[in-house]
Amino acid sequence: MDSVSPADEDLVVDVEQLVKNFDHTNALDGLDLRVRRGEVHAFLGPNGSGKTTTLRLLLGLLRADSGSMRVLGMDPWHDAATLHRRLAYVPGDVSLWPNLSGGEVIDLLGRLRGGLDPTRRDALIDRFDLDPTKKGRTYSKGNRQKVALIAALASDVDLYLLDEPTAGLDPLMEAAFQDCVRELGRAGKTVLLSSHMLSEAEALSDRVSIIRRGVVVETGTLTQLRHLTRTAVRAEVRVAPRGLDRIPGVHDLGVDGNLVTAQVDPVAMDQLVSALAVAGIVSLVSHPPTLEELFLRHYTDGTS
Amino acid sequence: MNGTGALVRLALRRDRVLLPAWVLGLSLMVVFSVSATKDLYPTKQSLVSAAETINATAALVAMYGKVYDPTSVGALSLIKLTAFGAALVAILFVFVAVRHTRSEEEAGRLELVSAGVVGRAAPLSAALVVGMGASLVLGALTTIGLGLVGLPWVGAVSFGLGWALSGVVFTAIGGVTAQITTSGRAAIGLGMAAVGVSYAMRAVGDLASGDPGWLSWLSPIGWSQQIRPFAGDRWWVVALPVVATAALVPLAFTLRSHRDLGSGLLPDRPGPARGGITGVSGLAWRLQRGMFFAWVVGAVLMGLVLGSIAHNVTGLLTSPGMRKYIVLLGGEQGLTDAFLAAEVGILGALVAAYAVTATARLRFEESEGHAELLLATATTRTRWAASHFVLALFGVAVIMLVAGAAIGFSHGLAVHDVGRQTYRLVGAAAAQVPAAWVMAGIVMVLFGWVPRWVAGAWGVLVAFIVLGEFGPLWQLPQWVLDLSPFEHSPTLPGGAVGASQLGLLLTAAALLAVAGFARWSTRDLEA
Repeated sequence: MDSVSPADEDLVVDVEQLVKNFDHTNALDGLDLRVRRGEVHAFLGPNGSGKTTTLRLLLGLLRADSGSMRVLGMDPWHDAATLHRRLAYVPGDVSLWPNLSGGEVIDLLGRLRGGLDPTRRDALIDRFDLDPTKKGRTYSKGNRQKVALIAALASDVDLYLLDEPTAGLDPLMEAAFQDCVRELGRAGKTVLLSSHMLSEAEALSDRVSIIRRGVVVETGTLTQLRHLTRTAVRAEVRVAPRGLDRIPGVHDLGVDGNLVTAQVDPVAMDQLVSALAVAGIVSLVSHPPTLEELFLRHYTDGTS
Repeated sequence: MNGTGALVRLALRRDRVLLPAWVLGLSLMVVFSVSATKDLYPTKQSLVSAAETINATAALVAMYGKVYDPTSVGALSLIKLTAFGAALVAILFVFVAVRHTRSEEEAGRLELVSAGVVGRAAPLSAALVVGMGASLVLGALTTIGLGLVGLPWVGAVSFGLGWALSGVVFTAIGGVTAQITTSGRAAIGLGMAAVGVSYAMRAVGDLASGDPGWLSWLSPIGWSQQIRPFAGDRWWVVALPVVATAALVPLAFTLRSHRDLGSGLLPDRPGPARGGITGVSGLAWRLQRGMFFAWVVGAVLMGLVLGSIAHNVTGLLTSPGMRKYIVLLGGEQGLTDAFLAAEVGILGALVAAYAVTATARLRFEESEGHAELLLATATTRTRWAASHFVLALFGVAVIMLVAGAAIGFSHGLAVHDVGRQTYRLVGAAAAQVPAAWVMAGIVMVLFGWVPRWVAGAWGVLVAFIVLGEFGPLWQLPQWVLDLSPFEHSPTLPGGAVGASQLGLLLTAAALLAVAGFARWSTRDLEA
């Protein structure tokens, strides 16, 4: 998908033909992934498509069967500890020690990563409304996630690897999280964020990679990806229009009296709107394809 | 109670290998021991003299109890399995009871189950049904085995009943400890402490005058002995474990009904908002210190008790024939030393259990996902694994030395020789440390190579102990006995310090550790 091939030093994550098998399952099957310096990159795919496996490989927690992998110019398997000084990771399922308080875990993880900014830590605890004195066993899933997020976000590193970071957060906290990620983006940090929540990717990401069954099937900016898909149009007109079905690029056309619905390729938009104008537009609603629709195209076999 | 049936089936499905293997293994152990012993004593006289020797040797009485009928083949051949065997049974069923209650609850799986049509008390009652049912099956199999090898059926029934009721009581004890702590490991630890305490109580009671002393009557393991299988078969003793169970089971249910899912008896207090843990070693210490201190306290108490009874050893020997026997064994000093060496040996095996739990913590941290958090920081794999491994080695050494000092101190007080006895017994205890370190090495190898089988280290430890206890009786070849690290530990005080054997153990521990670490740093992290 990439029309421009950026110079290698601009790639924070550079993965080619990555293969990882577990016992009898083929988790990654020749995965390519490129994340550029300073971008927020969303890594999208349904459950079990290989997102977590990819992140664990990028961390050197798993060993690849074949393929090449560079993270911040280092080999994650051999240079794991050095590499980890420059990144922060939030696992998808955060498991805390039952008898340690949230504050203790945040400080410990920060120290092990090479230090964290105490002012920033306190600001984040405030922002995420976390009680750091509670013990790990008493936190809910969302609060456990906050502990790991705060520990990661309070570290000043180059790369943030976040595995479904908002899965347990309520909408208010999700908004706080999105603000934080935008700030990281403005500060020139690189974020790779896995998600199956498309709204999150839409709200945050500069570029998106879509993974399916261990292979990245699309990569690009949201704009680029939207070219691949159709805009939904719903119009109410004065007189029943005719000849709409003859416009190439108009799909799933429905005309019910004065109500018109259709899926439209970008090239046909001009013609369709002209035709509707002739019929006299009362109301016109069109919305860009959501990533849900992108997903539907990629994960429903047999459709165009 | 709704859903108990379904949970019983779930538990049986999960334990379909573990439980039958243990039950069959224990029953076969009984059969082998009896058939091996029967041939050793062809005449009544040899039987009586062997039994009297045991009854006169304090180390053996403390370890196994007395032969209550010196003319009974059954009583003599099962001497090692009555109390000691009941303790093995007890360990198994504490484990089973906690495994299906607190451990499941801690893992969050019980939450999944409890949301279904399952009564709040159902997991507990299912665990008790499984544990007590398996205890009865074990008792029945043991009885059949003993009958088939030709012992009187009456004694076979009372022996089987003794074991079965040990299982029943300790299932109930496990059910209670599971309500008290919030972690499965702590609940098992508490249950194991109960096993250890009842074993020590009956050791002291059996040595006291009164045949046995009152402490044995307070010990569930003592009850299995006092039924006196093949030596009078006193059925009324059966009432004691039955009454105890009838008290413990309602206690467990009451504790359960007074707490929420996931909580213990003690409320959670808030912790510090800022952390003082500076690294992975600090974290390992923080996670393990509670268990470590509990072991230190236990070791001191046990050492003080065992040391205080050592000087009584020769008092048991009154007949002129026995006096001759003492001289043969190296005089009174020799007998006392043999007793002390036996106690130090038992402590060595117990401390090996500490080595296993402390090292196996690595696997727990990995499977719980805690390791993932840490290894994504600048912590290397070796550094992280070493944090727990070194702590295990250090813990073993400290616990053992403290226990030795406690034995020496309390024995020294009794014989007015504190300084020298403490010094001797600290040395004797130190000599047991390398064997326990080998166990830590074995756990490390399992952790590196087959992480899912780390719990198998417990089976290895039990197998080593059984080899040491029964291997010679079963006439196993020496090389099989040599597999157990404890076989190479010197018998101290009194024996020779085998420097080459200690060297061998240390080398084995080092090689095992290296093999484990090497594999760990090249394998995938496994949930």
